[in-house]
Amino acid sequence: MDIYKEIILDRYKNPKHFGKLKRFTVSITVDNPLCGDKITVYLVVNNGRIETAKFKGSGCIISLSSADILLDDIIGKQISEVLSYNKDNVLSLLGIELGVNRLKCALLPLEAVHKAINKLEI
Amino acid sequence: MKSFRKDFPIYVSNPDLVYLDSTATTLKPKTVIDSLVDYYSNYSANVFRGIYRISEQATEAYESAREKVAEFIKAKRSEEIIFTRNTTESLNLVAYALGRKIVSEGDEVVVSILEHHSNFVPWQSLAFETGADFKVVETDKFGTLPNDWSSIVTKKTKIVALTFVSNVIGIPNPLKKIIKQIRALNPETVVVVDSAQAMLTSKIDVSDLDCDFLAFSGHKMFGPTGVGVLYGKYKLLEESYPFLYGGEMILSVSVAKTLFQDPPFKFEAGTPAIAEVIALGTAIDYINSVTVEQISEYVSDLSGYCYKSLKQEFGECISILGPQSAKSRKGIFAFKFFDFHPHDIAGILNSYNIAVRAGHHCAMPLHNHLGYPATVRASLQIYNTKEDVDKFIFALKQVKKKLS
Ligand SMILES: Cc1ncc(COP(=O)(O)O)c(C=O)c1O
Repeated sequence: MDIYKEIILDRYKNPKHFGKLKRFTVSITVDNPLCGDKITVYLVVNNGRIETAKFKGSGCIISLSSADILLDDIIGKQISEVLSYNKDNVLSLLGIELGVNRLKCALLPLEAVHKAINKLEI
Repeated sequence: MKSFRKDFPIYVSNPDLVYLDSTATTLKPKTVIDSLVDYYSNYSANVFRGIYRISEQATEAYESAREKVAEFIKAKRSEEIIFTRNTTESLNLVAYALGRKIVSEGDEVVVSILEHHSNFVPWQSLAFETGADFKVVETDKFGTLPNDWSSIVTKKTKIVALTFVSNVIGIPNPLKKIIKQIRALNPETVVVVDSAQAMLTSKIDVSDLDCDFLAFSGHKMFGPTGVGVLYGKYKLLEESYPFLYGGEMILSVSVAKTLFQDPPFKFEAGTPAIAEVIALGTAIDYINSVTVEQISEYVSDLSGYCYKSLKQEFGECISILGPQSAKSRKGIFAFKFFDFHPHDIAGILNSYNIAVRAGHHCAMPLHNHLGYPATVRASLQIYNTKEDVDKFIFALKQVKKKLS
């Protein structure tokens, strides 16, 4: 199966949520030193709801398009709902299957979002 | 060029596989696979313990593999051959059993920037634990080690650990010359060689090379996973502490005192990887039947073709690590392709059934030193063909189309 489908490539080349937010409720950077991938997410949270989200970073196509697609999905959602996301949610958003070795690329943005929310709640 | 593809059964179930990751592990010839099955089907007994026929058969086969290894690397005696799990364990064994004994505060432990993490981290940790200086010898931008070692090796240098062939650069280092210099500068220095990538490129003669230890893995030389080798000069093996303690490695145990076996058994605690050791012997038979010279020549020729094709097609858009000539390549191509992420390149190649590695290949210090966060690595072996290289080039063109 070709994981580099048009839709994935398109989100990589023309991301909707790439960039930095000047004002945000919480931001966090996660990296995967083994691949050299690094992603920062910025969230604006109001009354437990994610109002805006952006990300910045460098990485492979799978990790960056996963970030863009994930943020698109979580904007407008309650943080409690987003916290319950797992790998199946991400894979179904991406619409591809990934082997164990690539899964960590796709899941890096979710890890960032979860860590950001947890940071908020402390 | 006659390829040796037919000897490798993986192509029966994967006829379209383009396997370019032999540096990570080689494919296995049928004889090696058969040898594993033969042991498990016909004489799967433990070694040394049984006074019955199939245990004796297993012991004989196990010990005959040790002799084959000794002969293959020209060790003076088979007692200098220790079976381990892999190169990593072999190197850790030396750091642990001898390193802890001879290195103390203020001494020096030396490695090169070319090293795989398995020949880097054990020495770094040993130095930290003992308070010794950890010195890292750098290379030029092509990954070439210095010619002159006189400013590197001092009276305090206890250990120098060097790779024979880097798994990223892929060119044999002039170890014989370097070791000669080290011996002249400090005859007491223990020289450890990581030859994991050298077993199929160079005919190895430990006496001629004059190293004290040599470490390698069976699975990178057509053998099974789970078995590695440590060669050590007998005197040093005697001097070393044991490594793991337990069964098989002892002479006698009492509440007051335990007496250990002589080398190599002193270092082989517990039931070993019997089937794998025997099959490693079969892998050596296979290598001898083709000959290291022929393997090396085949891989060099194919590498020359691959280098020229890559440069012809992509010119400056591909940067290949190591010396920039078609002639010196020995099957390993670590490269950067445009600014594409190595994982994406490898991922797209995978959709063409081409297996390559992406990342830092367990050589982070070298990647940092040469200024690449990560690379893609393609490697060639005797079962690869010109068609494989052509498919690889074709798929790289598709990568370029897709990602630009
Ligand atoms: C040069 C070198 N040294 C050491 C190793 C480690 O080998 P193993 O993983 O079998 O212990 C490798 C394998 O990648 C290698 O290429």
